[in-house]
Amino acid sequence: MMEKCRATRRLFSHSFKSLFNHRSVSDHSTLRSASVFTHHFSDNGQRCIPLFQLQKSDLLARASFSRDYKQTFWPPLGRGLGGMMCALQFRSFGSAGTKIQRNPSFATLNSDDVTYFKGVLGEKNVVQDEDRLEFVNADWMHKYKGSSRLLLLPTTTDQVSQILKYCNSRHLAVVPQGGNTGLVGGSVPVFDEVIISMSSMNNIVDFDKVSGMLVCEAGCILENLISFLDNQGFIMPLDLGAKGSCQIGGNVSTNAGGLRLIRHGSLHGNVLGLEAVLANGNVLDMLGTLRKDNTGYDLKHLFIGSEGSLGIVTKVSILTPPKLSSVNIAFIACKDYLSCQRLLLEAKRKLGEILSAFEFWDSEAMDLVLNHLEGVRNPLPPSVHNFYVLIETTSSDESYDKEKLEAFLLRSMESGLISDGVLAQDINQASSFWRIREGIPEALMRAGPIYKYDLSLPVENMYNLVEEMRVRLAQKAKVVGYGHLGDGNLHLNISAPQYDDMILAQVEPYVYEWTSKHRGSISAEHGLGLMKANEIFYSKSHETVQVMASIKKLLDPNGILNPYKVLPHSLSTH
Amino acid sequence: MKVLVAVKRVVDYAVKIRVKPDKSGVETQNVKMSMNPFCEIALEEALRIKEAGLASEVVAVSMGSAQCVDTLRTGLAMGADRGIHVEATGALYPLTVAKVLKALVEVEKPRLIIMGKQAIDDDCNQTGQMVAGLLGWPQGTFASKVLLDREKQLATVEREVDGGLETLCLDLPAVITTDLRLNQPRYATLPNIMKAKSKVIKKYTPQELNVEIKSDLEVIEVTEPPKRKAGVIVSSVDELIDKLKNEAHVI
Ligand SMILES: Cc1cc2nc3c(=O)[nH]c(=O)nc-3n(C[C@H](O)[C@H](O)[C@H](O)COP(=O)(O)OP(=O)(O)OC[C@H]3O[C@@H](n4cnc5c(N)ncnc54)[C@H](O)[C@@H]3O)c2cc1C
Repeated sequence: MMEKCRATRRLFSHSFKSLFNHRSVSDHSTLRSASVFTHHFSDNGQRCIPLFQLQKSDLLARASFSRDYKQTFWPPLGRGLGGMMCALQFRSFGSAGTKIQRNPSFATLNSDDVTYFKGVLGEKNVVQDEDRLEFVNADWMHKYKGSSRLLLLPTTTDQVSQILKYCNSRHLAVVPQGGNTGLVGGSVPVFDEVIISMSSMNNIVDFDKVSGMLVCEAGCILENLISFLDNQGFIMPLDLGAKGSCQIGGNVSTNAGGLRLIRHGSLHGNVLGLEAVLANGNVLDMLGTLRKDNTGYDLKHLFIGSEGSLGIVTKVSILTPPKLSSVNIAFIACKDYLSCQRLLLEAKRKLGEILSAFEFWDSEAMDLVLNHLEGVRNPLPPSVHNFYVLIETTSSDESYDKEKLEAFLLRSMESGLISDGVLAQDINQASSFWRIREGIPEALMRAGPIYKYDLSLPVENMYNLVEEMRVRLAQKAKVVGYGHLGDGNLHLNISAPQYDDMILAQVEPYVYEWTSKHRGSISAEHGLGLMKANEIFYSKSHETVQVMASIKKLLDPNGILNPYKVLPHSLSTH
Repeated sequence: MKVLVAVKRVVDYAVKIRVKPDKSGVETQNVKMSMNPFCEIALEEALRIKEAGLASEVVAVSMGSAQCVDTLRTGLAMGADRGIHVEATGALYPLTVAKVLKALVEVEKPRLIIMGKQAIDDDCNQTGQMVAGLLGWPQGTFASKVLLDREKQLATVEREVDGGLETLCLDLPAVITTDLRLNQPRYATLPNIMKAKSKVIKKYTPQELNVEIKSDLEVIEVTEPPKRKAGVIVSSVDELIDKLKNEAHVI
């Protein structure tokens, strides 16, 4: 049976609580907002006294934003508060030195707000249940955690519009959430932002079998769209390991790249139209289905990749390619990075029109997958290889495609670029190869705390960074490199025994500086989110960022949409 | 000792089956075809027997359209030494296949035939038994473990039966059909794909083997199974009992 990689968090829920317990960091503002909430929403009838008045100065002085979750910081406070710690929420930051305070211009939620939302959405789509909130407050990696007390589940664009209009007038901050598989802390609240989940807007609006144009609501899960299209003889122009959970609205909002970008290009090319709701509740209908439309500024592009900071995407129209009958996949071992790189060049030249994926990973990534994922076996005969490459070809002619790929691989083997390899003989084998590549993020997650970097770099020196990091970190952490080699996208992952400031200091800002020096991008496809909002200048000029800030100000003057994310905090606070 | 392995080309296990609009059969146009998974297991077992020094040659046989050569190439890339393709158009039913195999046994003189317990397309689960019957050889079907004794010319076959394992001892020559848990088939490595290029696939027609392709069966209609209806949530035990009684008629 085709084993599909699903990035569902159910898998990890058993370790959910324990993970947070030793990973919390906090600052006065979290404490403050949480305590205020407790005051209003205490479910168990306990009235917690707002703490910030008496503790604020003390906390301010001691607040440390490092992520080693100072035991010295919390316990005394905790003891002093006794049962009143009930609603304290903790969170941790991805980047060193992130000093962030709750924007004081935001209102805090009150019971009138909740009543209003219930009026718009109905009781059951306004969620205050602790368990459900715990789930949506935390990100996929369990690295970022907010303390929102309210989850809203709109089912129509009009409801999204009413919610935003209200929040805007009340200065209530919101965080749009899709499948919550984002890897930069963008999809969860930082403080008490209201979570607007798009998961109930999951209808397919229209599919045109002639043009391949799919129009659907933002909350459709990618994998469901893939199966829907499969029945129609079409495919989605993007695919990624998180397909079982991520939503098309989230994909568009992060401008997700994924495994097939080398073939179908980015979402800026494939998304032909969008419907988005602005902070003031205005609905922008840009839901065109035309391939060519040069009337004025193409505003939909602003929403592709803006991570929910300019508006909420409610519908998407996307061009889907026909499904071709012949897909072949080879799983290859290479002795060094130079061979992978040369193999890529050759593949582009010799397989050009049929190449549909070119992925690579190192032996450290391979070991993680073999050790942490059940039922995965190495398809190659046992032997030590330094690098692995997955090549996929897609075409309309089975025997032509296979012959061509086989001939290419055999030639590359003769010339020494490939040390060993296997060619999938059926779909089951093909999925088992993909499972290895797609399982890397999951295996890393299971291995423990991770520092994740998603970099665009010139292919020729991309892997040097991984090697330099290994030297810098020596035995302190495991450095893993993998990614979409065909697109010049490296996923540098540092898997550490625990979150540790010493390790982080070795990594940041070094990684960003290195990337900037090589004219790369510090975010190839994951976005900036909370993790890298302040690092934007490593990849964009001040002038550019200023224009971004002006656009943000224009579309969201009160800054309620996904605050603290994407743009540097210095520019986005009021 | 030579081992003969039958490999069938079928619609890939992972493909969602579609019935042709005229209900004459299953759609195979533009559909991914692969080796029947049970045949892969059969071939793997034969290769392991050879690697253990108990067989000298593994010959893969496939019957059907010209594209069966692709399936044989997969077999050769896994490690089979030679291939035989019996080219036939039109449907092949178990009895015909068994007769072709019997004819090939007379040419090739293997001491062991290993084949899948069934093909995942028609699920017949008859061919192995029929070949054994036609040849008058002993059969070990649904094998989950196979041990060969070269001295005594015996095969010990473990089979999973209801409630436990049954162990059979067969005199060679014999027919063995494979169950899912017998082994995990290997992948086709590039060096083996390369080697397979120079391996020989011999072609026969059924006429050359003196087998007439015919069947006493006629397929009248192929239809999809009825769609499963979505479940309903009942609000009380009484309602459940009522539905079980009056709608499902099971109590
Ligand atoms: C196992 C795994 C593999 C991955 N592989 C890849 C990969 O290959 N390539 C890649 O690019 N990414 C990859 N990712 C990360 C990727 O960004 C997300 O998986 C995906 O694109 C986000 O979709 P989501 O629905 O989960 O969005 P979320 O995580 O919920 O949100 C992401 C961001 O978009 C915003 N957002 C979500 N929905 C909307 C909306 N409707 N309107 C406005 N804003 C919205 C959120 O506020 C947040 O800022 C991977 C993640 C995992 C866990």
